[in-house]
Amino acid sequence: MGILLFELALTLYFAATIVGIIELFKGTKITSRIILSLAAIGFLIHSISIIYRYVSAGHIPITNAHEATSFFSWCIIFIFFILQIRYRIAILSSFIMPVVFFLMLASTMLPREIKPLTPVLQSFWLGIHTVFAFLGNAAFALACGLGIMYLVQEHYVKSKNIGELFGRLPSLQTLDEMNYKLIKIGFPLLTLAIITGALWAESAWGSYWNWDAREVWALITWLIYAIVIHARLVAGWRGRRAAVLSIVGFLTILIAFFGIKILKKGLHVFL
Amino acid sequence: MKVFVVGLNHKVADIEVREKLSFDGPKLLEGLLRFKEIPEVKEAIILSTCNRVELYANVSDTEKAAEAVKTFLSEFHNIKRDLLDTALYIYDDVNAVRHIFRVASSLDSMIIGEPQILGQLKDAFEIALEKKTTGIILNKLMKKAISVAKRVRTETRIAENAVSISFAAVELARKIFTDLSRRACMLLGAGEMAELAARHLINNGVKEVMVANRTYERACELADDFNGRPVKFNEFIDEMVHADIVICSTGAPDYILRKNDMQKLMKERKQKQVFLIDISVPRNIDPEINELDNVYLYNIDDLQGVVDANVFERQKEAEKAEKIIGEELETFLKWQSSLDSVPTIIALRERAESIKKEELDKLLHRFPEIVEKDREAIEYMATALMNKLIHPPTIALKESSEDKESLVALVRKLYGIDEE
Repeated sequence: MGILLFELALTLYFAATIVGIIELFKGTKITSRIILSLAAIGFLIHSISIIYRYVSAGHIPITNAHEATSFFSWCIIFIFFILQIRYRIAILSSFIMPVVFFLMLASTMLPREIKPLTPVLQSFWLGIHTVFAFLGNAAFALACGLGIMYLVQEHYVKSKNIGELFGRLPSLQTLDEMNYKLIKIGFPLLTLAIITGALWAESAWGSYWNWDAREVWALITWLIYAIVIHARLVAGWRGRRAAVLSIVGFLTILIAFFGIKILKKGLHVFL
Repeated sequence: MKVFVVGLNHKVADIEVREKLSFDGPKLLEGLLRFKEIPEVKEAIILSTCNRVELYANVSDTEKAAEAVKTFLSEFHNIKRDLLDTALYIYDDVNAVRHIFRVASSLDSMIIGEPQILGQLKDAFEIALEKKTTGIILNKLMKKAISVAKRVRTETRIAENAVSISFAAVELARKIFTDLSRRACMLLGAGEMAELAARHLINNGVKEVMVANRTYERACELADDFNGRPVKFNEFIDEMVHADIVICSTGAPDYILRKNDMQKLMKERKQKQVFLIDISVPRNIDPEINELDNVYLYNIDDLQGVVDANVFERQKEAEKAEKIIGEELETFLKWQSSLDSVPTIIALRERAESIKKEELDKLLHRFPEIVEKDREAIEYMATALMNKLIHPPTIALKESSEDKESLVALVRKLYGIDEE
């Protein structure tokens, strides 16, 4: 049953991705509505599948790679819909849905069995710390997407190359605002993730900070986004520079995530 | 009865000729009524705008009508007949209907996709309705033309995107700034195009306007016009820190705004985006400024490029529109042909009935001794005979075919329907 729900959500995300690509070239009001509906229904079913897994496993479903990627893509869509409340920009989904779909696809290929939790993970901190971390990273992922859209649109305006896509992308100011909002959402979440991580480390390993690879990279990421926010507020680093920084920031997150997986060093290796 | 169009537009006649033939104000009503009085014209509409004068009619004979209309125009407007012969185009039947659909959908306009023509067509139709110069064919045709125009506008992107420089400037501003109402604009210099662009920006929400000009009095005048404030020309760079959009059109022979000026300005503005429009020739703003972050500099060629790209897009959309028009044309023609046969079918039956009645009367007059019962039998026979005889032609008329007009004409001839 859980698998069925998961596969169904995956299919809906795939459909939304395809429509999203069509939207880039031939968007109309109808295609926008279709994408949002497909994504919304997929999201609902995805949520149910996560809850279902929670119930069958007895613990929060973010303890192995399959669950983690699934939950991460869920977080991305979740924040996307929150953004839609304020900024109704359907074309953002054309950029987001492929990412979500590939994450879900990767998730399908990872082992799914529900294993009992190792003693370290049997803590109420598990849910709190990981959810903060994932939501924060999802916000940064979306910010990166918006940064890319900004650079694309900016290229059109600067090079005076007016194509059809130019007409459909929102204004530079809107893209810049959305990018900033997402970073403002992600940064406190990341901060909380680091703090709760430290508290959890204390209760599990006896010390707040262990200079573990993941902890260090989280700190580096935190510093980068702190610089982004500072630069925006004080030095007026908006527009193009902010877009580039938000892409760099997310690349850092990706390097951290995959780099640590590949090296498999340190305490933080659960996935 | 055929749909009939006579007229001229900006493509075949220049402004002087169009002026002579235009029907404005009271001339329109008078002209319309006189036009309707022409014997061959059964229904009439006149459309007269600055770019075209067209007469639409439903006529019984195209050639005679053409002659009569030309005579009417030459007399009404006091123009020599031979001048008209070269200037006017004439369409009839399918081509006439297609032309009217194209005109309504703005495909025949100077700027494809312009919205005014539909309103002008609707007005012309209303006047004709008021004066009762139209009938079933033109009424249906006009309503269809209006709905075709609406279809074209919604199903194609023919009316989107700016095709004039000032509109292009506004379109670009909207792609940089979401909300123009919170933006300030500066006009440097003066000139028709610059002022038009400024006016368009204001119409689209820009509230704060600064005007700088070498002549301070001129700056004050323009500032008054736009409800803004004047700025001394030698202070314009300082004031530019407040401007999000700058329109530059001075007669200066060289650059008045250079890269390092702009760099300082952007620092002061905390890198808030700036849209610079340089309409001057030679250019007044150093083109290298476009390389700076968050600055977007467009000169007149760039804006024209946007316009050309949009015009090109519109041409593509126009092809889609022609397809839509083709579909609707078929539907209309089908309707029209069904209409033709009905009066003929009715006339045929009436003729048959009157012959039957005539002969019955003659018979009873001749043989008054025929009893009631026999009379009924004879009448029954006469009716049956009549029905059998007119049945095949009636069916033939009802089925739509290529040569409907000829068939109708033939039936009318064979049965002497028109000889009454």
